[in-house]
Amino acid sequence: MNQATATSENGKAHAPRAPHGPARNPVIEAAKESFMAGLLAAVLASFILGVKTVDTPGGLQLQYRWHLVLYAFALVTVGRFFLRLFWWKAGAALPKLVGEIGAGVTRATAPLGKWVGLALAVTAFALPFIPGIGRYELDIAILVLTYVLLGWGLNVVVGYAGLLDLGYVAFYAVGAYSYALLAKHFGLGFWTVLPLAGLLAALWGMILGFPVLRLRGDYLAIVTLAFGEIIRIILLNWQEVTGGPDGITGIPRPTFFGLEFKRFGENTFHQFFGLEYSSLHRIIFLYFIILALAMITFFVTNRLRRLPVGRAWEAMREGEIACRTLGINTTNTKLTAFAVGAFFGGLGGSFFATRQGFISPESFTFIESAIILAIVVLGGLGSQIGVAIAAIVMIGGFEVFRDLEEYRMLIFGLLMVVIMVWKPRGLVSSRMPTIFLGKEKRAISADMVQEGQG
Amino acid sequence: MSERAPILTVEHMTMRFGGLVAIDDLSFTARHGQITSIIGPNGAGKTTVFNCITGFYKPTTGRLTLTHEDGRTFLLERMDDFRINQHAKVARTFQNIRLFTGMTVLENLMVAQHNTLMKASGYSFAAVFWPRGYREKEKEAVELARYWLEKTGLVDRADEPAGSLPYGEQRKLEIARAMCTRPRLLCLDEPAAGLNPKESDELNRLLVSIRDDERVSILLIEHDMGVVMKISDHIVVLDYGKKIAEGTPEEVRNDPAVIAAYLGVEDEDVADVKEEVQ
Repeated sequence: MNQATATSENGKAHAPRAPHGPARNPVIEAAKESFMAGLLAAVLASFILGVKTVDTPGGLQLQYRWHLVLYAFALVTVGRFFLRLFWWKAGAALPKLVGEIGAGVTRATAPLGKWVGLALAVTAFALPFIPGIGRYELDIAILVLTYVLLGWGLNVVVGYAGLLDLGYVAFYAVGAYSYALLAKHFGLGFWTVLPLAGLLAALWGMILGFPVLRLRGDYLAIVTLAFGEIIRIILLNWQEVTGGPDGITGIPRPTFFGLEFKRFGENTFHQFFGLEYSSLHRIIFLYFIILALAMITFFVTNRLRRLPVGRAWEAMREGEIACRTLGINTTNTKLTAFAVGAFFGGLGGSFFATRQGFISPESFTFIESAIILAIVVLGGLGSQIGVAIAAIVMIGGFEVFRDLEEYRMLIFGLLMVVIMVWKPRGLVSSRMPTIFLGKEKRAISADMVQEGQG
Repeated sequence: MSERAPILTVEHMTMRFGGLVAIDDLSFTARHGQITSIIGPNGAGKTTVFNCITGFYKPTTGRLTLTHEDGRTFLLERMDDFRINQHAKVARTFQNIRLFTGMTVLENLMVAQHNTLMKASGYSFAAVFWPRGYREKEKEAVELARYWLEKTGLVDRADEPAGSLPYGEQRKLEIARAMCTRPRLLCLDEPAAGLNPKESDELNRLLVSIRDDERVSILLIEHDMGVVMKISDHIVVLDYGKKIAEGTPEEVRNDPAVIAAYLGVEDEDVADVKEEVQ
């Protein structure tokens, strides 16, 4: 019986007191409950933390780490005890204080939005020349910028048009394979293929768009998810063309107006400019390519949002039926959203192929789509600056904390939970109108803005 | 007064949902420069008529012809819903308001001018890099929006999100948005619902002005008899999907079948009501 009350109280923090019996001492109550919570944590921790498999010469062996279980038990018991006494109480001072501090921080940082964007852009342009920035840092920056570009591309589909796309990686793959195959078989260079890869991806965006035009919400999400998988499986199995699981190797590197980044040979970058050869040149060059691509993405998507098609995307998110009564062809509008989003995915993929020099279907799994979608959602649907910050935090942070090994997943998860509790509509949740009649430019709060039903 | 030319002719329209006959062999005519009202008890099929006219439903049988002043005709039952607005120039509002709540009042009116602006901006994609010619057209669009904002008294709230407006102003904004598509026929689905007497008076004036100053014909569904009787030129009365009466407000007001329908009298007793009226 004791067990039953404990579990039910575990489930509900504010479980009403039993109507019968004398009033109980709140401290003893809290102690009892937190002890039960601690036990529960200990049971869970004993499997997750308590036992570890280690690779020894004789095969896998179990290593016991019961002290970690004890820590977990202590942490949960003490934590819950304090929460129970000071937090989960009507009119408790502490949660109010924290809430006010949070609101204050939000208010104080709100006008900084414009400056944050500017500061980020300046830093991005100056980054390779900042002392102490080496190859490792630039590699991370290139990776982050790739995801910023992809985030901005997907933002058109999910953020503006409100169409939940779980298969965005398919367009990334189309772009990558377009470049790899066109370069290998036709000897076309990176700069020629780049727009082609974008257009091919856009074409595939429309091909995906057609069957899903009538779908909304969960159904749309499932079909786009399946589309992403179909592309990956085709790449995996169409061995004659795509090389199957072996992928495509020896993808040519981009050239600087025909100059190559090689140590030896004619027409190399360092010879032409009379520089000492450095492998860093190529990395810096790649960095500026992806920076330029990301800036183009930013510029184009930002402009499109203020043009009729962008307004139609957002109007479609707000209400499709009303759009149709205003003479908007929602079929075409949806297809353009898919095509534009896919176009930038294709650019990103093309860059990925030239940067890696090797691609295989393994790089285009569902987790990539999920990461890009997470960036868009955490950043705030429709907010470009939010998406950029989310990409820096998620991709950059993930790389920087590589030393923490598996714990970084834990931190990552915790961060996501914190953002979703603190800012359920993403970091930058307000929407900036596209046109003003008056002088004052005010953003629209998130609770007015619809998320779209797919 | 000589008969005006018809703008909308509905002939023998029937709409069935499975076994349910929502509209049964309905024929009526709405004329240019007039306010034509469709009234009837709840569930009479009024909104279904609207949904057929604006292309949301395809009628099971029947013909819907829209005629412009220049003589061009459109067979609405064969057109996609968005083309009915784009080409036949029919705009509508909804019984349950459907604004773009997260966009500002002005943006709502800009979205309404989508097709004009799309052409002006080279389908948007040209204007990404060559915005010059588009700027002018956008200014014109803003001016049209401002005109309607002034007419509906919303100009001070132009930069506020549509969802933050009070109910009555949302209704007005929906009418302004429909008018920004430059329609020839405006279909209003219960525009006075939920308005207080003052607001409903303003609405009357707005609708009369749309008819007389803008020369846009109006098709109106309304429960508020104060509005209907005051401003309608022609009234069509529906009950259970059938037309039971048609005529001027005066004729309809005294029609025993209408009174019976509104009071809920059995068919056999209509004759009795007739006697009482006389």
